[in-house]
Amino acid sequence: MNTAVLITILATSVAAGAPVIYATVGEIFAERSGILNLGVEGMMLMGAVTGFIVAVKTGNPWAGVMAGMLAGGLLSLIHAFLTITLHADQVVSGLALTIFGAGLSSFVGQNYVGVQGPQFAPIHIPVLTDLPVLGPLLFNYDVLVYLSILLVPLAAYFIHHTRPGLHLRAVGEDPTTADVMGVSVARTRYIYTFVGGLLAGLGGAALSLAYTPGWTEGMSGGRGWIAIALVIFAFWEPWRAMVGAYLFGGVQALQFNLQAVGITIPTYYLNMLPYLFTILVLVFATGERMKRHLGAPAALGIPYIRGER
Amino acid sequence: MTESNVQQSDIAVEMRDIVKRFPGVIANDHVTFIAKRGEIHALLGENGAGKSTLMNVLAGLYAPEEGEIFINGRKMTFHSPRDAIEAGVGMVHQHFRLVPTLTVVENVVLGLDEPRFKLNLEEATQKIEALAEQYGLKITPDAFIWQLSVGEQQRVEIIKALYRGAQILILDEPTAVLTPQETVELFSTLRSMAAKGHTIIFISHKLDEVTAISDRVTVLRAGKVVAVVEAKDVTKEKLAELMVGRPVIFRLEKPEVAPGQEVLRAEDLHALNNKGLPALKGVSFTVRAHEIVGVAGVSGNGQAELSEALYGLRPLQKGKIYLNGQNITKAPTREIIRQGVAQVPEDRHKEGSIGDMDLAENLILKNYRQPPISRGPVISWKYVFDFAKTLIRRFDVKAPGIHTRARLLSGGNLQKLILARELSSDPALIIAMHPTQGLDVGATESVRELLLQERSKGAAILLISEDLDEVMQLSDRILVIYEGEIMGEVPADRADRNEIGLMMAGARQETLNHHETVAA
Amino acid sequence: MNQPSFSERLPRISFERRLTAPWWLAWVIPIASVTLALLTGALIIASQGVNPWEAYKAMFMGAFGSGFGMAETLVKAIPLMLAGLGVSIAFRMKLWNIGAEGQLWMGAWAAAGVGLYLYPAWHLPPWLAITLMMLAAMLAGGLWGAIPGLLKGVLQVNEIITSLMLNYVAISWVLYFVDILWRDPGGLGFPNTALLDRAIWLPKLTWIPFLPPGNRVHFGLIIAIVAAVILWFLLNRTKWGYEVRVIGENPEAARHAGMPIVRNIILVMIVSGALAGLAGMAEMSGVAHRLQRGLSPGYGYTAIIVAWLAKLNPFGVLLVAVLFGGLLVAGDQIQLTMNLPRSISDILQGLILFFVLGGEIFSRYRIRIR
Repeated sequence: MNTAVLITILATSVAAGAPVIYATVGEIFAERSGILNLGVEGMMLMGAVTGFIVAVKTGNPWAGVMAGMLAGGLLSLIHAFLTITLHADQVVSGLALTIFGAGLSSFVGQNYVGVQGPQFAPIHIPVLTDLPVLGPLLFNYDVLVYLSILLVPLAAYFIHHTRPGLHLRAVGEDPTTADVMGVSVARTRYIYTFVGGLLAGLGGAALSLAYTPGWTEGMSGGRGWIAIALVIFAFWEPWRAMVGAYLFGGVQALQFNLQAVGITIPTYYLNMLPYLFTILVLVFATGERMKRHLGAPAALGIPYIRGER
Repeated sequence: MTESNVQQSDIAVEMRDIVKRFPGVIANDHVTFIAKRGEIHALLGENGAGKSTLMNVLAGLYAPEEGEIFINGRKMTFHSPRDAIEAGVGMVHQHFRLVPTLTVVENVVLGLDEPRFKLNLEEATQKIEALAEQYGLKITPDAFIWQLSVGEQQRVEIIKALYRGAQILILDEPTAVLTPQETVELFSTLRSMAAKGHTIIFISHKLDEVTAISDRVTVLRAGKVVAVVEAKDVTKEKLAELMVGRPVIFRLEKPEVAPGQEVLRAEDLHALNNKGLPALKGVSFTVRAHEIVGVAGVSGNGQAELSEALYGLRPLQKGKIYLNGQNITKAPTREIIRQGVAQVPEDRHKEGSIGDMDLAENLILKNYRQPPISRGPVISWKYVFDFAKTLIRRFDVKAPGIHTRARLLSGGNLQKLILARELSSDPALIIAMHPTQGLDVGATESVRELLLQERSKGAAILLISEDLDEVMQLSDRILVIYEGEIMGEVPADRADRNEIGLMMAGARQETLNHHETVAA
Repeated sequence: MNQPSFSERLPRISFERRLTAPWWLAWVIPIASVTLALLTGALIIASQGVNPWEAYKAMFMGAFGSGFGMAETLVKAIPLMLAGLGVSIAFRMKLWNIGAEGQLWMGAWAAAGVGLYLYPAWHLPPWLAITLMMLAAMLAGGLWGAIPGLLKGVLQVNEIITSLMLNYVAISWVLYFVDILWRDPGGLGFPNTALLDRAIWLPKLTWIPFLPPGNRVHFGLIIAIVAAVILWFLLNRTKWGYEVRVIGENPEAARHAGMPIVRNIILVMIVSGALAGLAGMAEMSGVAHRLQRGLSPGYGYTAIIVAWLAKLNPFGVLLVAVLFGGLLVAGDQIQLTMNLPRSISDILQGLILFFVLGGEIFSRYRIRIR
């Protein structure tokens, strides 16, 4: 394997990881508050299609990003209402969200398949981008990739070193205590479920406006589910989520570049790689979790009703 | 109602005509409650009398249907615990309200509005240390809650209330989890707080404590106030009668039975807890037929792990278990059940019953594999229903019928259901964990009677309980467990509270005897 | 008391657990929920400039309005029934098997292998070939389900994600055969296998009254009904079914009763996968008569909704599967006649699930707004 291919693979990993970082960090927020949202796939798809349509209509990809986030956020509010206010089963509600989001995205996007639209191109930074090796490795990404990298330390800081972050952790671990201490469980859960939706929508928009510009039905290809798996892999920590997302990106990059290094495997097998990789990662992460006795947020998936155990 | 004379200006808390209903019950029926500034006021009553409900109303957790609250003479409306905290009311709940995965400091500052965004834990730590110093409360601010003993956790709860400037501190059954010596320590803290002008409201159903610490006592029975008295003016017997509504016999009829053959022998048991840390470190003991062996100890010292290990639910790292001379160390739970071991689990809802299944289905949980309940792979429901009806009648479980869901039973009836199931197979060994926790006096009595009957019939019983009184009343021998080790063993008729208390705090029996001889 | 009590000033929604629910609630709530879902769907349809009333009429008539429509509804219901039964038993044990789609594909693949290659090679009698196809499908689906089952039971790996990931893997795997390895060279460039020999197609149920001649309802319907009866018996009359229900309701109590939890997790996942595999076999041998792309339009996912709406009751699954079969037929119908995308049926599925889910609270709790 020569250096050029290696650089391509590494750079592709980072680019491919960006949408997954958004979705994973978003789901970390939701799950930290105790809400398991299996609708990430649906929210990403709606984010992708809405983002793309709005970008096409306005000609402005930033408007698309905003719209994509909003679409994901609005969808997450359905889940929030059902599970927080009406105490519905979180697993079923999340599945419904994914089915609904997938259906709706293909419905509204039917006339946009194959349409050319605005997109975020890699930013050319004078001098830096032209550096050998470092240039393509570090300074040749679109703005959404840089933002995804920025998101990780911000999210980690927020969760561990701020007051709202403390309240977020408390609500997910022990909502009864949080409630008694004056933290509104419902409000906190609404906020972070919504944040999760916004970020999933952003992840979707990053797909349709940057990573693989354009809209095709079901274009997230299971990334929403992979994000949920990466949350477990990450032990609910943003930094580890980033590692997971880049590992996933690496698998994708390999998938595209194996031919380039002269390895021929039927594409059908290559297509399985990200999913098999996800299962593998989950198995190892679960093993490590058991060994280190790290748990999910203790109240994850459990509805909170004051005065009821 | 006997109203003791109270000066208006002394009144810290006044709750007037409070009514709080839950589906099917009136927890507080026009309750009026007054506590003075600087006093220790006991709220006495049986389980289910409405004490905790009343105090949860005062702490802003429940909104009452009727009634008013005045704090320092000002009418208050609490929408949430936060409002109550702002009015100076702090509560230490029976089940601590601490997030186990957060540190002490994080728990203390949880829910505060300040700082707005960035946490300043150093400053909070200093403030906590100052408070701890002032009130003589030993704590480690940067430890995680899950690392702390229950006694330490209770101190964190008190600090948490003080940190918020609580002038009125409510403690719900604070001594239930403490050793006798820790209780003494807590009482001295409470006295010094009262001396500094704090109002302490102390919920309890234990008469000794109430007379030992409180200035005044409000007695609740079935949701109503039955008396308000000065503590120095009443006897324990009188309080008991007020609390229960009839004269109470303090001693249980415990027939003299000679112990029989050895049924259970545990040798050098070692096991880990759920965090992977050693929970049992070489526990050995025996239980004989016709004998109740009590295990006393503060919660979290390996009792749960011991019960699970004996029942085949927790792997042993080392050690052997014999049942009637047969090695059952590695036997699966199914086999242990078949050999005649019954279990009254710690948590009636989570471990002992299936809330959304009916009583009949709950009653066959342990013997559904055996004929005539099932033949081959098929369950004979016809037989099961007859079996269930018989048991419900024999054990006096009050329920509309065998098709009632277990979730709908009261705590006492649910416990009777579990006992009906466990005792129906005439077990050789019964492992009972906290069998009367949370039950009212009537249900407690019948559970204890059932256990004594089984003892007379020849069962060996291992009684694991945090309620030292219960252990001392029922047992023939008492083992004291501390951090996964047995500190000592005393025959019940020569048991000394003080000695047991010291062992519960980690003193070994040998060293105690040594001191005694020296002192003598 | 003349003074307003302070609790009156709390504008709170409070939930009180119902001890008993009036009998009519069990009917009113689902009907109201579905109605609301359809109303919401109407908004979405209207947004495309189509009259929703007309669209719904066309959908209903397409699915239930004619003998042919009814027959097609039953045809689509068959895989939903079988996969739905599979999902329902897993859900009984709170095992979130959302891998029915992949298990279905694996079942179809294995059955096609037997039908296309073993049957002619071994000169099997057709009845034996069909039996073998069923067994092969159950085996393949069951093994595919056993993977997340093993991972969950032994290593406690989250089965939601593993079972779902395996859907993608299964489809990739089967498509490799459809497109390349088993591709029919005489297929005029269409990616599919050769047709199965007519003798090993699942027989058509021509004797059902009211259905028009030439309809496609096949023997899979009988298989599904028999499967439901067996499943009901297993769950409600046997020790094993009792274990499954106890483990599902309260695993901790099951552990204290010495029930073999790990073994049952794996076993239930195998049974669940086998039923989904059978669904794939039925669709392949009864309808498509070959392995092809698009064999399942997401039956495995719809089956999840079917199982859940049926409250995991086997006979309920049969009934709800017919309704959802109708919804799928209706989706195809209006795509043809009204130029609405068929994804409208996915949207309606999601909406129905949302509203039923939201409506459930009213049967479990009494809601007071003060």
